[in-house]
Amino acid sequence: MPLLYTKNLRREFGGVIAVSDVNFEVMKNSITGLIGPNGAGKTTLFNNITGLDFPTKGNVFFKGEDITELPAYKITRIGIARTFQNIRLFREMTVFENVMIGRHFRGNHPKLSRNRLVNFALGMVNLKMEEKDIYENSIKWLDFFNLLPFRDEYAKNLPYGRQRELEIARALATEPDLLFLDEPAAGMNPQETEELMATIRKIRDLGVTVVLIEHDMKLVMNICDTITVLNYGQKIAEGTPGQIQNNKDVIEAYLGKSDD
Amino acid sequence: MLDFILLIVIYIIIYSISSLGLNLIVGYTGMLSLCQAAFMGIGAYSTAVLMTAGHMDFWLALLSSGAIAALCGILIGIPTLRLRGDYLAIATLGFGEIVKNVILNWDSVTKGPMGINGIPGPSLFGYTFTSMEKLPWLFLLLFFLAATYMLIRVMIRSRVGRALEAIREDEIAASAMGINIAKYKVGVFTTGAFCGGLAGSFFAAYSQSVAPLTFDFMMSIMILCMVVLGGLGNSFATVIGTVLIVIASELPRLLGISHIIPAQMNQILFGFILVFMMIYRPQGIIGRIKLNYGKMMKDEILHMER
Ligand SMILES: Nc1ncnc2c1ncn2[C@@H]1O[C@H](COP(=O)(O)OP(=O)(O)OP(=O)(O)O)[C@@H](O)[C@H]1O
Ligand SMILES: [Mg+2]
Repeated sequence: MPLLYTKNLRREFGGVIAVSDVNFEVMKNSITGLIGPNGAGKTTLFNNITGLDFPTKGNVFFKGEDITELPAYKITRIGIARTFQNIRLFREMTVFENVMIGRHFRGNHPKLSRNRLVNFALGMVNLKMEEKDIYENSIKWLDFFNLLPFRDEYAKNLPYGRQRELEIARALATEPDLLFLDEPAAGMNPQETEELMATIRKIRDLGVTVVLIEHDMKLVMNICDTITVLNYGQKIAEGTPGQIQNNKDVIEAYLGKSDD
Repeated sequence: MLDFILLIVIYIIIYSISSLGLNLIVGYTGMLSLCQAAFMGIGAYSTAVLMTAGHMDFWLALLSSGAIAALCGILIGIPTLRLRGDYLAIATLGFGEIVKNVILNWDSVTKGPMGINGIPGPSLFGYTFTSMEKLPWLFLLLFFLAATYMLIRVMIRSRVGRALEAIREDEIAASAMGINIAKYKVGVFTTGAFCGGLAGSFFAAYSQSVAPLTFDFMMSIMILCMVVLGGLGNSFATVIGTVLIVIASELPRLLGISHIIPAQMNQILFGFILVFMMIYRPQGIIGRIKLNYGKMMKDEILHMER
């Protein structure tokens, strides 16, 4: 069974059908690509899965459970994190603080009970432990992205490519099983993109399943295990990079019909 | 003269307790609220009614007034969760008007336009506070101001403050980080309302009387002025702003020219201050203090390990 799948997911905005009865599947430990021309409904599909927007019809299942109705913060708490197409960092907060916020709700020391009452009784000690956990984990993720030297910089002052990395670091700090990346390479130069590919593989190797929207075909074809293609809100193809590259419908969607 | 200065200081302290609460809502969390005077009115009338008709002890009435105002904070907080910016401001403005009209028309409890007189002064260790002796009042109020200030300081310097900062920066990103925005927003509204309620309660007990039209929209604007003038998201600046606004509004009386300059001048003054600050110095006189939570935490953890 897939780690996450949607069932006939549909999202209409007034008359516009942004996502049209899509069945989208993500297998555990895979890197799944979601591609399609501009306005195909990729971001809308992400938003509907991650609780920032809700489908007109259809359902989302994660680890076998229906999560369609859950609000964004609960989706994150059950293990789905994301980044945004138009970077949404806390711009006036430091790099370190951004990651700390990602860790915010998980700040539970593993040795402590999950029981609220017990935690409450442990009071300040517990709080300090939580803060320590937040601190250490944030450091860990900053280090993973070599962002430690920038830890006290404001997020808005980072170079663009670094901001994209920080957004991924912040998402990973929530300790997700599933990570959605909306155009992570947008605005990156070829060398940064190259590094990003390696990083995404590294993230997958840590046991995090990755879904990414990307227009950079080289990146997508290189690192994705499976690719789903959307066009005008509909799923027009799904398969391995090799299958997608040779798919007639996909070529048509990207290049327009060859006979006109 | 000294008596008058003491009176002004007492007003400054009472208003500071309220404006610190509003700063939590507007300054730290970024929700524009125009009903802080309503929370004060709720606190003042709760104390007045509980102490006169209910014969309740002041200290219990003080706590109850804070609690009742806090409850109203929850009531207004929950429905306004979906509102932002202008819409939230308008909703809180409406709430303020409702409170004023309830106070004005609920004759059987609030005595309507007449207000409530003869509120007894608080007593502590056998001593009874009256508005005649201002110095004891001043110390009593100073204690509560310090407590409010510390409460907010501890809150802001903890993970709660961090979360509020994130919410103010970007609500969508904050919720995508697993932060339950609704919980924090309602919590902030409740705490801010509690502070307003306490201030109102002191207001009633010090004046020993309450009148319905005191806690109107103008007063909410005045408290907002205090927060904006000093600097949003900075408790110390809020107190400074409160000092300046209270002095400015009492200046005509202070100089003995209150018969020349009518009280309505205040309204023009507050309007002018808001417009001027928004255009030339939106961050306030002192401005926001950006805490570095990363550094603070590091220090704390090093301290722990020692
Ligand atoms: N909030 C909204 N209100 C109205 N229409 C919307 C809204 N969000 C998206 N749409 C429409 O839905 C369609 C799909 O948009 P979406 O952003 O999902 O596309 P996309 O595949 O992510 O495109 P891109 O590659 O440009 O990011 C578009 O026609 C867009 O105009
Ligand atoms: Mg998009």
